[in-house]
Amino acid sequence: MLELNTNSPGQSSGGMVDPKIEVFPVKEHIVEIVSDSGEGAQKAGQSFGSISAKMGNGVWTVEIIPAEIQPPARSREGASGIRIRLGSHAITNMGDEADLVVAFNEQALYSRIGQQAFKEGTIILLENKWAEDKVPTVQKQYAEALADFESRGYDVREVPMETECLKIVDNPHHGKNMWVLGLLSFLYNRDLEIAEAQIARIFRRKSQKVVQSNLDLLHAGFKWAQANLGFQYDIPAQEKGLDLVVMNGNEALGMGAIAAGIELCSMYPITPATSVSHYLAEVFESAGGVVHQAEDEIAAIGFAIGASYAGKTALTVTSGPGIALKTEFIGLAVMAEIPLVILDVQRGGPSTGLPTKVEQGDLLASIFGQPGDSPTIVMAASSIEECFHFVIMARKLAEAFTMPVFVLSDANLATGVQPFPKPQFNPDWLAPPVDQSNWKEGVPPYNWDEKTGLSQRPVPGQKGGMYVLTGLAHDEDSHVAYQSDINQRGSNRRSRKLAAFHQTLKTPVVNGDDEGDLLVVGWGSTRGSIEEAVAKVRESGAKVSSLHLRFLCPIEPGLKEIFKKFKKVITVEINYGDEADDPLITAETRRYSQLAWYLRAHTLTEVDFFSNVHGQPMRPGAIVERIRKELAL
Amino acid sequence: MFGLRPDAVLAVPEKYYTLSDYEGNIPRWCPGCGDHSVLTAAQKVCRENQLAPEKTVFVSGIGCSSRFPHYMKTYGFHGLHGRAFPVACGIKFRRPDLHVFVATGDGDCCSIGTGHWIHAIRYNMDMTVMLLDNEIYGLTKDQTSPTSRKGTTSNTHPTGSVLPPINPIITTLGVANVSFVAQTVDWNPAHLYATLMAAYQHPGFSFVRILQRCPHFSAEVYADAVTDANQTLLLNHENGIELPKGVERMFKNTEEHDPADINKAREFAGIQDMIPIGLFYQKKDNERYDEYGRHNLGFSIEAKEAALMNEFEKYAV
Ligand SMILES: Cc1ncc(C[n+]2csc(CCOP(=O)(O)OP(=O)(O)O)c2C)c(N)n1
Ligand code: SF4
Ligand SMILES: [Mg+2]
Repeated sequence: MLELNTNSPGQSSGGMVDPKIEVFPVKEHIVEIVSDSGEGAQKAGQSFGSISAKMGNGVWTVEIIPAEIQPPARSREGASGIRIRLGSHAITNMGDEADLVVAFNEQALYSRIGQQAFKEGTIILLENKWAEDKVPTVQKQYAEALADFESRGYDVREVPMETECLKIVDNPHHGKNMWVLGLLSFLYNRDLEIAEAQIARIFRRKSQKVVQSNLDLLHAGFKWAQANLGFQYDIPAQEKGLDLVVMNGNEALGMGAIAAGIELCSMYPITPATSVSHYLAEVFESAGGVVHQAEDEIAAIGFAIGASYAGKTALTVTSGPGIALKTEFIGLAVMAEIPLVILDVQRGGPSTGLPTKVEQGDLLASIFGQPGDSPTIVMAASSIEECFHFVIMARKLAEAFTMPVFVLSDANLATGVQPFPKPQFNPDWLAPPVDQSNWKEGVPPYNWDEKTGLSQRPVPGQKGGMYVLTGLAHDEDSHVAYQSDINQRGSNRRSRKLAAFHQTLKTPVVNGDDEGDLLVVGWGSTRGSIEEAVAKVRESGAKVSSLHLRFLCPIEPGLKEIFKKFKKVITVEINYGDEADDPLITAETRRYSQLAWYLRAHTLTEVDFFSNVHGQPMRPGAIVERIRKELAL
Repeated sequence: MFGLRPDAVLAVPEKYYTLSDYEGNIPRWCPGCGDHSVLTAAQKVCRENQLAPEKTVFVSGIGCSSRFPHYMKTYGFHGLHGRAFPVACGIKFRRPDLHVFVATGDGDCCSIGTGHWIHAIRYNMDMTVMLLDNEIYGLTKDQTSPTSRKGTTSNTHPTGSVLPPINPIITTLGVANVSFVAQTVDWNPAHLYATLMAAYQHPGFSFVRILQRCPHFSAEVYADAVTDANQTLLLNHENGIELPKGVERMFKNTEEHDPADINKAREFAGIQDMIPIGLFYQKKDNERYDEYGRHNLGFSIEAKEAALMNEFEKYAV
């Protein structure tokens, strides 16, 4: 038996040191809550994640989302829920198999089993009310599942969730989640005061009665676990460092918009991007901004471009299908050199694809999506923290280089929750007020600098700056011109802006040794998994390193030189590519995953890839396996 | 002592803008194209209201008519086919100090841009919209437009178009929050000018359909109406378009129509045997989305910082 950590915050509120409780110290754990849709598993899990972050743990949460809004109850496909990975160190990804699962019914677990979410020994705390269900087939399913779980080696503990909740509320359908939060709070020795504050926060718009009943459920779950489970985990906090904030990626994008001084978010609802605007709709107006819900995605970007043309900083936020619709306007913003921030929270494509699932499928579309040559800046966030900071950077770049700037996020980051150091405000983040000074006489609206292609632009209201913006090929004066050299010249100036920006980029730093047998290159949200996987394989002495790219267009400098020092280079990304040994696939027919394709063209290096479109975040375990295969370990 | 006191301010009279202050590039429309007279009327409206050219923006889509902004010496936005409205609305939303005009064609507005048109009516932002309706696609050389009459022969319907046309007035009148709907013709400069003046002065989305001659591709559609005064019906009212007496007398057919009466407006809009011109409908106190857009402008850096700090606080660990 292990001694309780007497400094642990949970102890003061959780009761006396109980010698019957066995405490397991662990460095990290992966917890899942799985239920039917609408049972509040996500709310419980987000709360558990926030409480853990507040207690100083590293945390990453990822939602398990069914595609339909209300899939049938107890369906194997309709599992809804959340995974929370917490540890004594920073957590950067969702990890591999879960250590402990709370399940509201046994059927929902099957969809997770299908996704290899569990392993032998995974503890399953399972609602037991189904054993005595009125419907015989339900009883039977339950009994069969129990036997099956046992044969799979899961450690199942039946829990009378419903029975216990009924002691407090009439309808446990609303409330079981908070009871579960109480149960987890005991298991992970969470500070109940922090948990109570969390409940007060999530039910802040509800009556006192609702708050109280949820608090009662929390305490009941805690006490039940204390009295019945007999074990607890101790995951010590990280070294207390900076002040932290904790939020999901879409909230971070929205908060970044506030920090950037953006005054208009023009959007059309689309999963998984919409919640950026939900967040902003609540708070933007008290920060000087407005959310405009347009009639469609084309109007949304047109509206943002109109505002930006008129000197107001604007962004549009969308996902793949929306990007497809916005294409023509993106080209206009490029052609007419209007700044614009485009937030693309990627989902599975093409077409409606996998609306709620992650994919990194819009890389090439954002770089090459427009007809003609259409240089834009494309950057990708790899963490919640970057979601925040990249919006600020994007706003500045858009204005400095008078062009649209893409910030790519994805469905994994959108709902992923991770604490990060509270940003230190800098007034430079904010957009300056609209310039209404007189325009310098004789200066054309496109006063392209010979070398960099950069120019200032007049904004309506500026005396003497009147010009007619046009999407037609034009000269410095914005005059439509059909002479053969004019379009060449304009294209050349716009392209040079990217080259000028490229000058300011630093060569990326290799994670690990800068030479070796294998280099794994990634971008966006897969970074955490890649680096974790690489670290794991390196432990065994393998010469593998990784490289993460934040700027995809223009692409960060020095890649060819970096690649040369490795025997093999592969990308790891979540988008489609043909496997080399697929039927009909030859060196000529093989279609590469997006970054691989792009890097091959850019560096003339043999770059292979590991990618898939399962709609799941990349797991470190899967990457480890692939690295071993590549290295023939 | 001679000379001015150092703190003396000489009152410089505000510049008076003349027509030439609004004249941009030389128009490249065909001779006889109705767009020319609309341009002249719009320039006169600007002058009459002494609009500072730098505070004025002409927004358009793509088409012959959408070249309009190039011929004004104001700010201009010659954007994408069908997408003038979202751009114009985006400009006005956070810049209430700008005077916004939209020039759009029948294909631009009533075909590719229909969705935006409907919603722009509903947004009811303060802007003046000129639908230059020649019942044909001019720029792309003679294709059927949604406003082409049934049977119109064009490059896309050599044996005649098969569907009845959209009536832009009726359509506009059918949209929630509609606030100003008028019709005029390019060949009556006085009526055209008076209508655009009324539209400019209306506080909201003023929609003016201008029957516009395209001698190149649809010369026949308005030819009779131009020469035969009997084919036009003037809608008159004390709250309607104010016309000089001499102009009013040019019309053989007139009817009293109270622009507050939307049902009557729809009836007049639907008549087939004559071209009704004048003000169909006006309502000045509708909801305006630009009022919403401007309600929280001008946040200081401090206020923005405070709002952000508040958010950090909310999400603090
Ligand atoms: C997306 C897109 N589709 C098609 C076109 C081609 N196009 C340009 S103008 C036009 C129609 C113009 O007709 P209308 O709006 O009536 O203007 P008009 O030339 O008659 O004044 C078309 C189809 C285009 N420029 N962009
Ligand atoms: S083609 Fe018709 S609409 Fe176009 S400029 Fe000529 S006359 Fe005017
Ligand atoms: Mg036309």
